[in-house]
Amino acid sequence: MTTSAYLDHAATTPMSVAALEAFAQEAVRPGNASSLHAAGRAARRVVEESREQFAAALGARPSEVIFTSGGTEADNLAVKGIFWGRRAQDTRRTRVLVSAVEHHAVLDPAFWLAGHAGAEIVLLPVDADGVVDLDALRAELAAHAEETALVSVMLANNEVGTLQPVREVARVARQHGVPVHTDAVQAVGMAEVDFAALGVDALTVTGHKTGGPLGVGALLARRDLPIEAVQHGGGQERGVRSGTLDVPAIRAFAVAVADAVARREDRAAHVAALRDALIAGVRAAAPDAVLRGPDPALRPGLRLPGNAHFTFPDAEGDSLLYLLDSMGVQASTGSACQAGVPQPSHVLLAMGVPERDARGALRFTLGESSTREDVDLLVAALPAVVARAQAAGLVGGGRS
Amino acid sequence: MRVLAAMSGGVDSAVAAALAVEAGHDVVGVHMALSRSRNQFRTGSRGCCSIEDASDARRAADVLGIPYYVWDLSERFEETVVADFLAEYEAGRTPNPCVRCNEHIKFETLLDKATALGFDAVATGHYARITDLPDGTRELHRSPNTEKDQSYVLAVMGPERLARSIFPLGDFTSKAQVREQAAARGLAVSAKPDSYDICFVADGDTRGFLRERLGSRPGVVVDAAGEVVGEHDGAYAYTVGQRKGLGLGRPAADGRPRYVVDVRTATNTVVVGPAELLTVDRIAATKATWLIPADETRMLDDVEAQVRAHGAPVPARVLAADDGTVEVQLTGTPLRGVAAGQSLVVYRGTRVLGQATVSRAWRAAAPAGSRA
Repeated sequence: MTTSAYLDHAATTPMSVAALEAFAQEAVRPGNASSLHAAGRAARRVVEESREQFAAALGARPSEVIFTSGGTEADNLAVKGIFWGRRAQDTRRTRVLVSAVEHHAVLDPAFWLAGHAGAEIVLLPVDADGVVDLDALRAELAAHAEETALVSVMLANNEVGTLQPVREVARVARQHGVPVHTDAVQAVGMAEVDFAALGVDALTVTGHKTGGPLGVGALLARRDLPIEAVQHGGGQERGVRSGTLDVPAIRAFAVAVADAVARREDRAAHVAALRDALIAGVRAAAPDAVLRGPDPALRPGLRLPGNAHFTFPDAEGDSLLYLLDSMGVQASTGSACQAGVPQPSHVLLAMGVPERDARGALRFTLGESSTREDVDLLVAALPAVVARAQAAGLVGGGRS
Repeated sequence: MRVLAAMSGGVDSAVAAALAVEAGHDVVGVHMALSRSRNQFRTGSRGCCSIEDASDARRAADVLGIPYYVWDLSERFEETVVADFLAEYEAGRTPNPCVRCNEHIKFETLLDKATALGFDAVATGHYARITDLPDGTRELHRSPNTEKDQSYVLAVMGPERLARSIFPLGDFTSKAQVREQAAARGLAVSAKPDSYDICFVADGDTRGFLRERLGSRPGVVVDAAGEVVGEHDGAYAYTVGQRKGLGLGRPAADGRPRYVVDVRTATNTVVVGPAELLTVDRIAATKATWLIPADETRMLDDVEAQVRAHGAPVPARVLAADDGTVEVQLTGTPLRGVAAGQSLVVYRGTRVLGQATVSRAWRAAAPAGSRA
């Protein structure tokens, strides 16, 4: 019997052997990709070959790739950079449309712009499964297209796994001449990510969710997209993102993403089968648990294959997490912390989940290495864990 | 045992957690977040409540190799400790928020939640000693470190809660010893400064905090004869026995120092007078809790009473009634400046017997009007 189950693949994945080997090979070689001598040229060649490989895997052109330090930097660059670029063209463009379920890496820069740069943030509502309301988007753009700087809607939600109709978002926005950014951090290697086919103007990817290194990511950005630099300096990455290129990380990132995309369908089928077993197992073990996000049986194709997310009435996510951890099952509450203090998820609240229920959330995410034994360990532990967490949840008269 | 170590981010609780781990317990560290907007509480390395403190606690837990969680008890803290603090001052009494925090937060909400989650005990970095007798009786005693002794603020917990508590620093005789132990284990908090002030009052400015939360209520300061001798901004901010910060324009007629001898919130009046009006030898108290069987509390002779966290214990005779009220006769030295709202803790030697909340203090043979 397995004694440990890692069910938090959406948080991070270990580096693949191929990525690690590629990283090590470049890490011991000299050469700054901006240098003109032989070592510099060799490094530059590695970067550009990686850029080509990376772009090809995601349906983009090499010239559209801007390497960054990760997903958060790419999201900041997209939201702030496009806002500033578009407003420089027309000062009326101050509105930023973002879905209410975006990651904080998109929401926080947007609200920072509201506080510091005169932006007006419009949160696009979502339905009970977390799917963005296209009619709300259409209405906003019909009324305010000329004042809109950008739209940002994620490809796949990091908490409840909802896949957004980004292709449709891009089509609608294009009719109004408004650029669209999408955060595809959770989607690469699990769902189809094709930059050209999606029709978006900018797309965020990170390394460490797909077997690549931590600390590297990219923003795909169309060449005709007005985007201002957030980080200034040596003028690397077409002047949009200065900083010495991290050659080993970029090499390993490209290897990992190419590999993740190439084997996507097999992986998705593997984790989807496990995910369905996990959902059935959790429902049997904890009958009052509520699946959040689209039910794969009722709305197929609307959810990341490796994601399952539940709320457990009268229990706190933190208690569930601790109790499962003490039994070898590693999961996540899925939501952000503020100074370590668990906050009710803005994603669940946007979906209409009451705050009290939102506090009892747990996210299980599967990856390539996940097994049926992982699921079985969770399901076996769950009844006692939920009962105990519910007893603890009643202490102190509750909180909401 | 499965032990939950309450970790404030300070050196005491970090060493307490380390000792629990070394005693062979299965330990999990928990930091209590007591303020929703964390910058409201004081910042800096002072021992609890700030973001830095949460990080320090996490780092200590990492060094010890134990899981670490932050529990948000901010609402409960506001509802119990802060609300009580404001209500007591507003009623002209002098609360001890650390006692209320131990009563409602650490040894109620935290302990009960820990118990529900399957923990056998909660370990804290308090300076107090638990003694288990062969017959199964558990006693609470003063720390041998008299300077740091915290038995006064722990007396409020009843026997059921004491039974589920561990104070690993109970045998430590000095803070320096605790710091040495922290340094020896590579805990970065070993040199962190002690905390002294009330954690939710910024810069120790209790009067400013009260004014902010209760508003300005100008009134007069009178002497024992009823003559107006000054003004104030809210009688609630004054404490019986207080001498500093009275802001009286002119000295007393006899030139002797004046103290607050009464706070009359009904008329928003502060009464000042000479020191002898503060001397008491009788104290009435309510809401008593005991760490000894109830039948032993009817009449306690040869015990000591202590009315401040770091005050001296004085000889006393204590009579307890079934309704939780207590009458205390000070049989030796009288006390000065006993305010309603203070905790009165009953000791016999080093052992804590119980506690109650002061409702009234007076001098048996003194003239009327010296209510405290």
